[in-house]
Amino acid sequence: MDTKKTSLYQLHQDSKAKFVEFAGYQMPIQYAEGIVEEHRYTRNHSGIFDVSHMGQLFIYGQEDLVDDLERIFPLDLKNLKLNHSKYSFLMSDNAGIYDDLIITKIKDGFLIILNAACKENDYKILKELLNDKYKMILDEERSLIAIQGPKSVEILKSVIQGVENLNFMSGNWFTLDDHNIYVTRSGYTGEDGFEVSLTNEFADRFTRRLIDKGAKLIGLGARDTLRLEAGLCLYGHELSKDKTPVEANLKWAISKERILKGNFIGSDIITKQLNHGVNKIRVGIKPEGRIIAREKTKIYNESNSEIGEITSGTFGPSVNGPVAMGYVKNKFSKKDTKIFLEVRGKKHPATICGLPFYKKSYVKGVN
Amino acid sequence: MSEIKYSKEHEWIKLEGEIATIGITKHATEMLGDIVFAELPEKGSNVEKDGTAGVVESTKAASDVYTPVSGEVVDLNQSIVDDPSKINQDPENSAWFFKLKIKDKSEMDTLMNKDEYDIFAKESST
Repeated sequence: MDTKKTSLYQLHQDSKAKFVEFAGYQMPIQYAEGIVEEHRYTRNHSGIFDVSHMGQLFIYGQEDLVDDLERIFPLDLKNLKLNHSKYSFLMSDNAGIYDDLIITKIKDGFLIILNAACKENDYKILKELLNDKYKMILDEERSLIAIQGPKSVEILKSVIQGVENLNFMSGNWFTLDDHNIYVTRSGYTGEDGFEVSLTNEFADRFTRRLIDKGAKLIGLGARDTLRLEAGLCLYGHELSKDKTPVEANLKWAISKERILKGNFIGSDIITKQLNHGVNKIRVGIKPEGRIIAREKTKIYNESNSEIGEITSGTFGPSVNGPVAMGYVKNKFSKKDTKIFLEVRGKKHPATICGLPFYKKSYVKGVN
Repeated sequence: MSEIKYSKEHEWIKLEGEIATIGITKHATEMLGDIVFAELPEKGSNVEKDGTAGVVESTKAASDVYTPVSGEVVDLNQSIVDDPSKINQDPENSAWFFKLKIKDKSEMDTLMNKDEYDIFAKESST
């Protein structure tokens, strides 16, 4: 099967992108300046990310839909206000994670942003769980552009007036040159920023306008170092079918109200794990020195017993050192616990640490 | 007179007398991207032609560094371990990796000269 291209493919090429295949798409891993410079530009200025490969699933319905989705997601959707977003998961009966996602209440229904590699499967699962009762569109006609970093609000508001009034994890419709654009204040870099959903035909022109205002294109390579420094999970690495949200240390994303009532997919396991604890849990890991511990690196305790595995590890340009996340047995998960990472046959010292590695500067409230 | 040769693993080697200075090529650094970690062989150790003699890591991945000839490691460039970004800045000069007292000068004959390497690098990147 041919790999798919996003609407920004030509722009990526014009910007000297190096491409990789990711989830069936030709995506830019980096541009001419390289990952470290792209990372720094996002932290200090403003970076543009083509995330059009991600799924934009619109589900239309009223109260029935809210009830039905509450049987699927561990969220208090009845009290989710119009244009507000929540981070959540699509889980199996065993509370294993099929996907992590952002769900936003829109007029007439919900918009769910899904991971590229999971979106087709998510669509099938949701269609079946909802018994085909609602109109569901996994919209391939729309692109998704993220703009992240401290200067993003200035840049985006100079193109779309009013976005500066959005609060973190909320959104709204805007109109630009007769195009309907849905903007949310969100992102996945640990920086203030926005995600912009717009028609494919307008995506290239719109993005070039952001570049003219001083934002730069950033590839998937820097997206990974940015999200890892921010302590954010990546599906297929920190999250998978054999891990639960409690094990992933994401219980903050599960509504307390809903835990009391249960009655969502995976709620038995979630409740049990919240009450009795878990065997393994996701932690931040800071290697000593400069050694980089990549995914699948084995983790040992001080008496040389294997206690877990790294799920993501790289060099963090803003931290100016190596950073990693992984799963360890619960009793070794306390902050400052000394551990060892086996890299190329040698054990290197490291410490369990709090997350994020790099402090975020999300805008919480502007009104 | 010094002689500079190149390996298929994208190392350069400069021979002066019986001491060879070894590093990775500019082409290699361009393929790797930003280098953020470097590991060198131990001083005093013996390395065999085409054997691993270090590691470089970019933000993306780790790659072994091979030695194009056999010999004893007599000197290391600690400055690239302390600041690996120097390798991207000046790979074929100040950011050398290690020096060897070479065992068999004829091993140099198996390597490519500049013109041969440039063609090889161009072909291997397409």
